[in-house]
Amino acid sequence: MGIRINVTSVFVDDQAKALAFYTERLGFLPKTDVPVGEFRWLTVVGPGEPDGTELLLEPDQHPAAKAFKEALVADGIPAASFAVDDVAGAHAELSAKGVRFTQQPTTMGPVVTAVLDDTCGNLIQLTSAA
Amino acid sequence: MGDLYQALADPTRRLILDELTDRDGQSLFELCGRLVMRHGITSSRQAISQHLAVLEDAGLVSSHRSGRTKLHHLHTEPLRAIAERWPAEPRE
Repeated sequence: MGIRINVTSVFVDDQAKALAFYTERLGFLPKTDVPVGEFRWLTVVGPGEPDGTELLLEPDQHPAAKAFKEALVADGIPAASFAVDDVAGAHAELSAKGVRFTQQPTTMGPVVTAVLDDTCGNLIQLTSAA
Repeated sequence: MGDLYQALADPTRRLILDELTDRDGQSLFELCGRLVMRHGITSSRQAISQHLAVLEDAGLVSSHRSGRTKLHHLHTEPLRAIAERWPAEPRE
């Protein structure tokens, strides 16, 4: 069957704001940007992986989506998790750019994790090997 | 105010206080991660949330919002009552 993950998504409150944050702050690259009604099919990819899994910046218009996001954020639970070379270095770099973290780099067994606010209503976990 | 001794009687609640001593101001997500990865405590988030409520009731933990995320803080003040009741150096 050859099934594989090509797109995954986060629910964002504003697609333009999300595209700016995910590209200018986190360093993703724009991949697909197609108008679909009042919204866009808007995806980004990792800078070293132009053909890698796409992250869809999906509008959180469904009434349940906002309540779901708020509940996750209140308890500090990330909507998605991304790998970086070094969480401590990424934390320093992103903090200098004004990105807010809800969890500072923390060793959790085999990995170091940190959690940041994507400004679009989600928390994002970063991980690297400990 | 909940009972201090009852709050301290549970080993998971004592580990929560240990982890907040290590870093003050943690979300429920971070606390649960630390408990499972560092101590093998696999209780549900809901169970940990209830432990936090007991600690909060005893005045040992408080929470405030940072942005929209609820962070938990340690308060050791109530523990003074223990040292005052049973001083290390007995009163004359």
